[in-house]
Amino acid sequence: MSNAEAPVAPEQEEIDLGPANQVIDKYLNLKGALMPVLQEVQDAYGYLPEPCIHLIAERLNVYLSQIYGVLTFYAQFHLEPRGKYIVRVCMGTACHVKGAGRIADTLSDMLGIGHAETTEDLKFTVEHVACIGACGMAPVIMVNEATYGSISVKKMEEVVEKYRAMD
Amino acid sequence: MAAFEDQIRVLICQGTGGLAAGAKPVEEAFQAEFDKHGVDAKVGKRCTLVGTGCRGLCANDVLVDIVIPGQAAVTYDFVKPEMVPQIVEEHILQGQVVEKKKAGPYYQKFLEKQMRVVFSRCGTIDAESLDDFLAMEGFSGIKKAVTMTPQEVIEEVKKSGLRGRGGGGFPTGVKWSFCAASPGKEKYLICNADEGDPGAFMDRSILEGDPYGLIEGMMIASYAIGAEFGYVYVRAEYPLAIKRLQKAIDVCYEKGFLGKNCLGLGFNFDLRIKAGAGAFVCGEETALMASIEGERGMPRPRPPFPAVRGLWTKPTNINNVETFANVSYIFYRGGDWFASIGTEGTKGTKIFALTGKVKHTGLVEVPAGITMREVIYDVCGGILNNRKFKAVQAGGPSGGCLPGEAIDAEVDYDSLIKAGAMMGSGGLVVMDETTCMVDIARFFLNFTRMESCGKCVPCRIGLKLMLDILERITEGRGQEGDIELLEDMCYDIKKASLCGLGQTAPNPVLSTIRYFRHEYEAHIHNQRCPSNSCKALLKFEVVDAACKKCGLCYKICPVDAVIWEKGQLAVIDKEKCTKCTSCYDACRFMAIE
Ligand SMILES: Cc1cc2nc3c(=O)[nH]c(=O)nc-3n(C[C@H](O)[C@H](O)[C@H](O)COP(=O)(O)O)c2cc1C
Ligand code: SF4
Ligand code: SF4
Ligand code: FES
Ligand code: FES
Repeated sequence: MSNAEAPVAPEQEEIDLGPANQVIDKYLNLKGALMPVLQEVQDAYGYLPEPCIHLIAERLNVYLSQIYGVLTFYAQFHLEPRGKYIVRVCMGTACHVKGAGRIADTLSDMLGIGHAETTEDLKFTVEHVACIGACGMAPVIMVNEATYGSISVKKMEEVVEKYRAMD
Repeated sequence: MAAFEDQIRVLICQGTGGLAAGAKPVEEAFQAEFDKHGVDAKVGKRCTLVGTGCRGLCANDVLVDIVIPGQAAVTYDFVKPEMVPQIVEEHILQGQVVEKKKAGPYYQKFLEKQMRVVFSRCGTIDAESLDDFLAMEGFSGIKKAVTMTPQEVIEEVKKSGLRGRGGGGFPTGVKWSFCAASPGKEKYLICNADEGDPGAFMDRSILEGDPYGLIEGMMIASYAIGAEFGYVYVRAEYPLAIKRLQKAIDVCYEKGFLGKNCLGLGFNFDLRIKAGAGAFVCGEETALMASIEGERGMPRPRPPFPAVRGLWTKPTNINNVETFANVSYIFYRGGDWFASIGTEGTKGTKIFALTGKVKHTGLVEVPAGITMREVIYDVCGGILNNRKFKAVQAGGPSGGCLPGEAIDAEVDYDSLIKAGAMMGSGGLVVMDETTCMVDIARFFLNFTRMESCGKCVPCRIGLKLMLDILERITEGRGQEGDIELLEDMCYDIKKASLCGLGQTAPNPVLSTIRYFRHEYEAHIHNQRCPSNSCKALLKFEVVDAACKKCGLCYKICPVDAVIWEKGQLAVIDKEKCTKCTSCYDACRFMAIE
């Protein structure tokens, strides 16, 4: 299992605040800027590094507690680095009825991680989501922006192998 | 279609489903063939490739329509790039339809009982093209609306009988009049495109397939109410929808259709997208506004209603995507026309997302008032693998399950409520005999418990306690009195919660107890799951008497735990079996227990 590879230690990396500052500049005078700023900073870094959160608090003049309140409320903010491939398994009604549960179980077995976890080599992150909106093709998984419909246990194993073989 | 008479159009579905099935390579294959043969010159017309939005039958993607002026459109399904040379050669160049590759008769049946109004552009035009939109009535509704006073516009919407499509079914015209009547110059208009209901995807299809149609509906509303600033709150899980809508908004600004003095018609309207961040409760209108303001998306008590005190304390009107999309058509064709469709209490059409164990899963638009049976059997081809229909879950986590006896209920706000479900946003999940109703109740409760914002104790803790009980039951550890306890808790949570999430979360439990009490009892008294679905209670054995020796289970098992040879009964090796349930789902004869 790829987990055995030496883990990267991202928290020791120097964080370049440039991209975060650019995002903040764009929204500085807008009402309700906090969420879009957090979203775009996350897009730039893949997650929300702590120094960026402090920077946002300072420059938008909001309390840190308010920011953390927002960050922990919404499912889509991430405080830890995430994998290169984000595998989203739909657990919505249509997918559930068509067997999403065992797709998720098999995926966990294959990667050794569960919901909201990342492999140590930072290759995969697994997320269980409520609905991808492609219910007509249930069960559905998404890897980054690519949607895979009518997935079976076998087909999912193929998909994972494909991404495993990629860099 | 009259508007495109001078060209042959090849419509390639490029909704999320189409793209997932490989629409891009198919489009490239067409382009390559066109270039190779010099098709435009040969057929004496422009031959245009059009990337459309969703057609509704995503399971059969890639869907391609060939529209030759003067002839009926022909649909091909499951199109792969390899099939393209033949289609171009025979159909486009020689005029011979490739019968073998054509979508079967079921496609005709899928369309027959539908009435595609809101969807009339979605799937037929290039969603990103303003010209295509304009060629099909686009912006004629807003032009008509500005010839009336705002008050008359609201009256027209009232006359149409349109009720909100976001779940509650509140009359749209009445809602608009509240906001219009609120004092103050600064007002906001919001489109709710959060579509958090798992199993529903009609709003996504409208955003992806006809974004200008939504913008037009919002323009009409902004004119009627006097709101100069609007937001579309789209869930972040819909990247393609956000991209197409943003593009449409950009084009509208470039052309002066949005901003100051829209279309030169004398009113101002600014529109912007706000991406959600993954919280179901943000679909609730007061939570949604908190979210736009950059706060945690927690509902607040009403009154004051948004029409009085909404976004940034200003009067605000909020409607669903499908509601706004309907508004444009009311102004193309008139409120009376709209009111002539549907039933006494529900006017117009309704889009449903049919999923689960139904043959042709998809998005269907039908006139309100047709029965559930017609939708499931006539439009969507009946139950998958010819299994027995058990129930249909309508209205998502806030709705309920209707059993076989209720399948002749009309799809109409009031009839569905009477039957113990609700229209909700229009998700219909079809279940067959392999679906356990206790497990479905558990599933929904797990969802609502996770999505509860935590503000109300009954919702936060009550749902968790109910979930614990349901989990126990599905694991064979149910106790005497559990059903009654669940019922009591349902009523208390409904009564004591602040917002619609908590008030409706118990509905799936109540409706499954009402119609499927015997399944609860079998789990509790006999530790048995009658649908053989609860994993903890499954034995994974082949029932010899039912086994037809077909070997389907053998083929599907990922760990080779099924022992089978042609003509022999299958046997499951319990040592190897990982209880993944693949074989159980695959078996068409219910021969695995
Ligand atoms: C928990 C919860 C979630 C909701 N989610 C949605 C949603 O995703 N989309 C939507 O249009 N309405 C949703 N609603 C209903 C909205 O609060 C609101 O009633 C609706 O957007 C009004 O639009 P309409 O009048 O056009 O139906 C939700 C309500 C609740 C209580
Ligand atoms: S009912 Fe539930 S979701 Fe709604 S406000 Fe109360 S705790 Fe939050
Ligand atoms: S449950 Fe899964 S592992 Fe067990 S026999 Fe069936 S297919 Fe094979
Ligand atoms: S329920 Fe899985 S995509 Fe909607
Ligand atoms: S996305 Fe192609 S038909 Fe729905």
